[in-house]
Amino acid sequence: MTADLFVNALVAGMLLGGFYAAVTVGISIAFGILDIVNIAHPGFVILGSYIAYMMNARFGIDPIVAGILALPVFYLLGAAIYQIYYHSFEKRGPEALRGLAFFFGLLFITEVTLILAFGVDYRYVQAAYIDRTVNLRLVHLPLRMLVPCLFSLLMLALLQLYLTRTFTGRAIMAVAQDQLALRLMAADPVRIKRIAFGISIATAAMAGAFLIIIQPVEPSVGREYIGRVFAICVLGGLGSLPGTLIGAMLLGVVESFTATFYGPSWAPAVSFGLLLATLAFRPAGLLGR
Amino acid sequence: MRWWTFLLACSAVAAAVFFAACWLANDYYFFAGYTVLQFVVLATAWNILGGYCGYVNFGSAAFFAVGAYTTVFFHKALPLPIPALVLLAGIASGLIGLGTGYLTLRLRGAFFSIATLALAVVLQTLVVNWNYVGGSRGAYVVRPNEVALIGSYVQYLFLIMLALAVGALAVARAIERSRLGFGFATIRDDELAAEASGVPTLKLKLIATTLSGALMGMAGAPFPYYIGYLEPASAFGLPYAVNAIAMPMIGGTTSWVGPLIGALLLGTLQQVATVTISSAVNLLLVGLLLVGFVIVAPKGIVGLVQPYWGRKRKRAEPP
Repeated sequence: MTADLFVNALVAGMLLGGFYAAVTVGISIAFGILDIVNIAHPGFVILGSYIAYMMNARFGIDPIVAGILALPVFYLLGAAIYQIYYHSFEKRGPEALRGLAFFFGLLFITEVTLILAFGVDYRYVQAAYIDRTVNLRLVHLPLRMLVPCLFSLLMLALLQLYLTRTFTGRAIMAVAQDQLALRLMAADPVRIKRIAFGISIATAAMAGAFLIIIQPVEPSVGREYIGRVFAICVLGGLGSLPGTLIGAMLLGVVESFTATFYGPSWAPAVSFGLLLATLAFRPAGLLGR
Repeated sequence: MRWWTFLLACSAVAAAVFFAACWLANDYYFFAGYTVLQFVVLATAWNILGGYCGYVNFGSAAFFAVGAYTTVFFHKALPLPIPALVLLAGIASGLIGLGTGYLTLRLRGAFFSIATLALAVVLQTLVVNWNYVGGSRGAYVVRPNEVALIGSYVQYLFLIMLALAVGALAVARAIERSRLGFGFATIRDDELAAEASGVPTLKLKLIATTLSGALMGMAGAPFPYYIGYLEPASAFGLPYAVNAIAMPMIGGTTSWVGPLIGALLLGTLQQVATVTISSAVNLLLVGLLLVGFVIVAPKGIVGLVQPYWGRKRKRAEPP
C-alpha cells in the first residue's frame, strides 16, 4: 500500500462522503425526525438527476443551477405526497405495513416512468468543470467530485442553521418528540410535518443534480442508494445532521478503500454489510439520541 | 375443513388445472401458467410474514435468487432431481431468513424492511463475484427435453410449481388457524402488548421469517431449469420483490385467499400485458395498482367482498 494511493483513496472517499450526505439528508429528516420510512427517496433523487439532465441538454443550464430551480417544485411535490400519506395512513393510526408498501410503490412507479420516458441509456450532463482536476502535489481533486461535495456541505450547513435557529426549524425537531407540546406552542404538527417532508424531498433535487455531475445516470441507479442512505442514516444516528455527515464520510471512505484495494465490484456490499452490522450491534447509531 | 381435506381439495383443483392445460395442448399455457403459479407461491410466502405478522419484506427477490442459485450450484457440483433441489433451496433460503431475522427483528419493524433491501444487494454482490455459479456473466442450465411418464419438460416444471403452490397454500391456511397464527396476529396488532402478555414474539417472528424465506427459495429452485440461463440481474430483479408485495396487498393480507386472488389476477394480467403491450408498461401497472389499493382499499379485494361473503356464510353455518 503506497502512501499516495492511500491518501488519494482517503480524499476520494471523503469527497464521495460529502455527496452521500446530500443524498441522505432527506432521509434523515423524513425517517429520523418525522418517522416516515420514505424508501422512495432515491427515486426522487434520480428524478432530480433527470430534471438537471433535461435542463442541461435543452437550455444549457448548469446542473447545480438546475437543481436550485427545481427546489420549489420538489418542495411542493413533497408537501403533496405528505398530504396523501397523512390522510391515507397516519390519520388512520399506526400502520407501518401499508405506508411502506406505498413508498415502495412510489419508488417503483418513478423508476418505471423514467424508463418509459427516457429508456435505459445512461445520461450525463455537460459543464465546464466536469473533466477538470486540481492537483495539489500528492492529491488529485477531480472537480466533478469536489463541486458537489462543497455544495452538499453548504446545503447541510444551511439546513442545520434552519433547524436549530428558526421557529419552524425547531418545531420540526420537536414534532418527533412531543406533538402535544407543539400544539401548545401554537404550531400545527401536520403543517410542520408537511413543511419538513417538503424540505426533505426538495433536498433530493439538489442531490440528483450532484449525482449526475458525478456519474452518468440511468433509472435504476437509485436502487443502489437505498441501502447506502439507510446505512448512513442508521450509522449516524437517526435525525441528526452532523451524525449524517459523519456517517456519510465514513461510508464514503470505507467504500473508496474497498474499491481501491479489492476492486469496485465489492463496493456495493460494503454499505449493506455496514448497515447490517450497525443494526445488529449499535442500532442507536454513532451519535444516537 | 380440516387441513388434509383442504389439501385434498386443493390437489383436486390442481389436477383439474393440469389436465385442462394438457387438453389445450399448447406449451405456451404451461410457460405462462408456471410464472403465475410461481407468483402464487411467492405471494403466499410473503404473506406469512407480511400479512400475518405485519413485517414487510422487500427482499423477496433475494430469497428467490438464493433458491435459484442453489439449483445452479448443485447443477454443477452434483446433479440432483428437481424435488431434491427444491428441498435444498428451501433449507438454504430458510437459513438466510433466520439469519436476517436474528440480526434485525429485535428492532423496530422498519429496520427489518430496510435490512431485507440491503440483503438483496449484499447477496447480489456475492453472486456477481462468485465465479463458480457464473458470476456477472450468468450460468447456462441445460435441461433435458423429455421427462419419463409426464411428457415435455415444461409440463414437468409446471407440475412441480403446481405442487409447490398447493403446498404453500396448505401451509398458510394451517398457520392461520393454529396457535402459531394467533401468535402472529398478536404481533401484527400490538407487539408490545403481545410481549407483555407472554407471547414469545422473537421466536414467532423467527419462525415466520424462516418459513417465508424457505417457501420463496423453493419457488426459485426450478427457475434456472425454466429459463435455461440465469444471470444475477434477472434472478434478483425488482419485479419479484414488487409483485410479492403487490399481490397480497391487492388481494388482501389477512387470509390465504388474498395472495391467491392477487397472484392469479395480477399474474395473469401481467402475462397478457407482456404479450400485448410491453413488459415495462405492465410493471408500471403493478406499481400503480399497489399504490392505489393501499390508499383506497387497504384490505384488498378480500376486504371489498368480505361484507357480503361474511353475511352469507354466517347464515349457512352457525358458529
